[in-house]
Amino acid sequence: MTLYFTKEHEWLRVDGDSAVVGITRHAADELGELVFVEVHQTGTVASAGDAVAVVESVKAASDIYAPVDGEILEGNAALSDDPARVSSDPEGEGWILKLRISNPEQLSALMDADAYAAFIG
Amino acid sequence: MSTDSLLHTPLYNLHVDAGGKMVPFAGYAMPLQYADGIMAEHRHTRQHAGLFDVSHMGQVRLRARSGDVDTAALALERLVPADILALKNGRQRYTQFTTQTGGMFDDLMVTRLDDELLLVVNAACKEADIARLTAELTECVTEPLSDRSLLALQGPEAELVLAALVPDVKDMVFMDVRAFDVDGAPCIISRSGYTGEDGFEISVPSSDVERVARKLLEHPSVKLIGLGARDSLRLEGGLCLYGVDIDETTTLVEASLEWSVQKSRRAGGKREGGFPGADIILRQLEQGVGRRRVGLSPEGRAPVRHGTKLYADEALTQQVGHIASGAFGPTVGAPVAMGYVDSAYTALKTSLFAELRGRAVPVTVAALPFVPAGFKR
Repeated sequence: MTLYFTKEHEWLRVDGDSAVVGITRHAADELGELVFVEVHQTGTVASAGDAVAVVESVKAASDIYAPVDGEILEGNAALSDDPARVSSDPEGEGWILKLRISNPEQLSALMDADAYAAFIG
Repeated sequence: MSTDSLLHTPLYNLHVDAGGKMVPFAGYAMPLQYADGIMAEHRHTRQHAGLFDVSHMGQVRLRARSGDVDTAALALERLVPADILALKNGRQRYTQFTTQTGGMFDDLMVTRLDDELLLVVNAACKEADIARLTAELTECVTEPLSDRSLLALQGPEAELVLAALVPDVKDMVFMDVRAFDVDGAPCIISRSGYTGEDGFEISVPSSDVERVARKLLEHPSVKLIGLGARDSLRLEGGLCLYGVDIDETTTLVEASLEWSVQKSRRAGGKREGGFPGADIILRQLEQGVGRRRVGLSPEGRAPVRHGTKLYADEALTQQVGHIASGAFGPTVGAPVAMGYVDSAYTALKTSLFAELRGRAVPVTVAALPFVPAGFKR
């Protein structure tokens, strides 16, 4: 399993051709406690950069983007009742969705943990 | 906007020390939230007491050159539709600066205190308000109180907290205003606020405000609360935010604020009209309007936000309004909103549909406020 990060403050844990996607602790702290999470329909085929989910805090809505090309396999069902899980454990139980990666070469353009730490300064 | 160019209130350092996340608001660097976050700050205010820095708002003293406060009251009535002359000493009232076309330049609180009127206006509008007052009310002196700061202490435990420093505030009721010393600082305290809770607004000399704020924060019931929670609190309280719910294009009747126009200023009253846009406002008060501000409860958990279109039908073909303010209501535990809808759709429980990310979300017309007001009457 390899962990990647994006400039949109998402993480991506890759296992074979599938990946779990969530937002980073930095992003979760910036957004504040979430009140609503909605993942686009399972089976949706997205290109890197397409919105695949929306997360809402009291204050604002933010899109979650596909870090790489892929198909949505599932959303984290536990978040519909407890969206605040993203805020309390963004890089664990607060994962947002699973993707089937269709273009693994795109992963090389993403950051590793050290590069992301440097990116957020 | 670079935060370097922003103005600071006298409590800027206190906000930063307390972990405030500073954001630009009406030209000021203001705390959006502190470490606990908007949800926790909102709930704390509803359950205990929250301290807000609202020093960015404009405080203005209006005095007649003759010294006669009734002259100042009558003068101000040329700009606002409320009855200011009948306002009793030590009482406060909500009103609006109206435009010639019946819209609103700003909304404000007016207090009569001894020989002067004290106005609290919105930060983003204060320069224009002061210029208008100065130009129009030549029989008065308009004096911006730029050496005073403003604190709001809000919540069911606000009285307990403030009474520990000023016991006599227990005798005040909603919209009462009195002068008191707080920890040695000469303050003007009103029993009011903008959260839907009981509470106080405290006008403090800026040289004393940090000391007074820290004194209030010593009480275990009190936490600093940022603008984020201030917004969700006022929305649950059904209160309008100028620039979002009301502006120059909305009339007070459309905004369902007609309760703020007393009989004396309405058709047939002792001082009928006489404010900008009076012909339009008085006609709307008699004959009604084409659209009204209402409360709206979206189904599900997704907040429906400012600008979202409202439709009569699920197919989203017949637009009948739009959302003005919308957010998740932490106390309600569900999304809450206010918006303007065509008058045929304003009855409570009317079913409408909001267009949210291409889908139709059912929305029901709901009573305001969403959370019962805690005012001490």
